[in-house]
Amino acid sequence: MSETAPIRPGSWRPKRGGAAVGDHVFKWLTLVMALAVFALIGAIGWQLAVGSREAMSRFGWHFLVSTDWDPRRQEFGALPFIYGTLVSSAIALLIAVPISIAAALFLTELAPPWLRQPVITLIELLAAVPSVILGFWGLSVMAPWLGQHVYPHLQAALGFLPIFRGAISPYCTLSAGLILAIMVIPIVTSVSREILRSVPGLQREAAYALGATRWEVTRIAVLSYAKRGLFGAVILGLGRALGETMAVTMVIGNSAQIVASLFGSGQTLSSEIANEFGEALPGTVFLSTLFELGLVLLGVTLVVNALAQLVLKTFAGPTAKQRP
Amino acid sequence: MFEVKNHRWRKVKNGVMESLALGAAGLALVPLALVFYHVVKAGVSSLNWAFFTQLPKPTGEVGGGMANAIVGTFILLGEAAAIGVPVGVLGGVYLSEYGATRLNWWIRFGADILNGVPSIVWGVVVAGLLVVHRITLFGHVLLRRGNSALAGGLVLGLMMIPLVMRTTEEVLRLVPGGYREAALALGVARWRTTLQIVVRTALKGIVTGVLLALARVAGETAPLLFTSGVNLYWMRNLTQPVAALPVQIFSYAIAPYADWHRQAWAAALVLLVFVLLINVGVRVLTRDRFQQNR
Repeated sequence: MSETAPIRPGSWRPKRGGAAVGDHVFKWLTLVMALAVFALIGAIGWQLAVGSREAMSRFGWHFLVSTDWDPRRQEFGALPFIYGTLVSSAIALLIAVPISIAAALFLTELAPPWLRQPVITLIELLAAVPSVILGFWGLSVMAPWLGQHVYPHLQAALGFLPIFRGAISPYCTLSAGLILAIMVIPIVTSVSREILRSVPGLQREAAYALGATRWEVTRIAVLSYAKRGLFGAVILGLGRALGETMAVTMVIGNSAQIVASLFGSGQTLSSEIANEFGEALPGTVFLSTLFELGLVLLGVTLVVNALAQLVLKTFAGPTAKQRP
Repeated sequence: MFEVKNHRWRKVKNGVMESLALGAAGLALVPLALVFYHVVKAGVSSLNWAFFTQLPKPTGEVGGGMANAIVGTFILLGEAAAIGVPVGVLGGVYLSEYGATRLNWWIRFGADILNGVPSIVWGVVVAGLLVVHRITLFGHVLLRRGNSALAGGLVLGLMMIPLVMRTTEEVLRLVPGGYREAALALGVARWRTTLQIVVRTALKGIVTGVLLALARVAGETAPLLFTSGVNLYWMRNLTQPVAALPVQIFSYAIAPYADWHRQAWAAALVLLVFVLLINVGVRVLTRDRFQQNR
C-alpha cells in the first residue's frame, strides 16, 4: 500500500479554507460508499432473519434435521435440501479439483508461452457463460445424452455400490454435480494458477539442480509449497458450488427426497427456493421456511467463503504480487 | 528424496503426469466448446427478424419474439449501473486513496464476502424488502406489492457494488504515486487530485471493471425470478414487472413447447454473444494498453 500511495493519511493535513472542506466532504463521501459493504451484509442477514422468524419459532433446530417437506400438510424440514446441496457440491469438487489443478499446473509449468494466453482466455470465457445458458444446455443436451449413453454403463460397471443403484433418471444429483463441476473448473483453475505462479522460481531451480524430473519438481517443490493456497482455491470453488442456482435447478430433477442413489432426483437449498418462492404467499409459514432455507444457505456460504479468503490472504501475504 | 536408479521409471512417470496435465487443460475446455457449439447451432436456426421486433405470443401459439425482454435487460442494466457504479467506484476510491488502515482490510474482506453471496440469496433478500410487502412513506404507497423493474434493477445494482469496488481499487493502485505528489505539490486540493488525476488516469481500467460487472449481472437469472418477474408485454413504468432475457430463457426452457425451446435457444445465443463480446472486447482493449506501456 505504502509504495503506491506514499502520502499517508496521517502525515497529511488539509489546508484551511475551501479546499479543506472539499477534501473532508469527499473523503467522507467515499468512506460512506465503502461502508455500504457492511450495510449490505447487515441488510442481507437482517432480512433473512426477520423473514424466517416465524419458521424458526415454530420448528426450532428440528427444521435442520427433519426430512419431511410437504407444504400442503405444513410439514417443513430442510434436510433433503441440505443433503442435495452437499452431495452435488461434493461431486462437483471430486470432478473439478483434479482437472483444475492439473490444468493450472499445465498452464504454469508446461505450456509453451504461445499456448498459455489463449487457453487462459478460453477458461475465463467459460466462467462468463451465464448459468441459465449452461443449465439449458445441461437440460436439453448433456443430461439426456448422459442418461442414455453413460449412466447405464456406469451402473453396469459400478452397480454394486449403493450410490449407483436404482432407476436411472437423466435429471439427477449426478447430473447436477457434473454441471456444477463445469462451473467450478474456471474459478478453481484461475485461482490455482495465481497461487502456482507465486511459487518462487528458486524453489523449482533447487529441485532441478538435484536432478529431479519435471514431475518431481512439481510434486516436491511446487505442490508442497503451494498446498495451502491450493486448498484456498478449492474452498473458493466449494463456495461457488454451494450457492449456484439456475443450472442446478434445471438438471437436478427437483424432488425433495433423500435417496442413496446418485441417479435419483434431488433438490438443493437454492433450487428449492428458486422453484417455490414465487408461489409462496406473503405471511405464510411456507414463505418463512423459504427465507430460512436462504438463511441456512447464506450461513454455509459465508463460512466457506470467509475461510477461503482467509486462507488465500494469508498465503498471498508474504509473497503477494509486488507492484513496481 | 528420489531414487536415482530407476531413471527410466521416473521418466515414464514424468511423461504420464505431463500428459495428464495436458489432458486436464483440454478437458476443461470441452464444455465451453460443446455449449458454444449447441447454442450457436440451435440459436442461429431459430433467430429471425421477429425475435428482435415482436412480443411473445400467447401460450401455445407459434411465433413471436422477445423484443420486450431485450429492451428489458437493457433497462435493468441501466438501473443496475446507476446504483452499482457510483457506490462501487467511490468505495474503490476510498480503499485505494485513503488507505492502509485496519478498516480497509475489513472493507476489502466484506466486499470479497459479498461477492460470494449466492445470487438466489440476493434475490430473496430484495424480494423480501421490496416485493413481498408494499412500500409506503408517510401513508403514500411508493411501490405496490409485487414484482417491479425497480426491484430487479436494485438487486443487480447491489450485486455490482462489490465487483466494481474491488476492480476500481486494483486499477487505482496501479497509478504511480508520483502523479498524486506532482498534483499536490502544485497546490491542487486532494479531492481534485483524486478525481482529475488519479481517477482520470485509471479511467480505462475502471470502465473495464464496470463493463465486466455489467456482463456478469446481465446473465443473472436467480435474483430476477422474484424481483423483476415476468412480463409478456412492454413495461410502462418502473413499478411494473419487466421481462429480461435470462428469465425468459429459463421459463421457456422448462416449458414443454418445442417452439418455446426454439426461442429459448435464440435468446441464449443473443445473451451469450452479448456477454462474450463484452468479455472479449474488454480483453482486447486492456491488452492494447499493456503493449503501449511497454
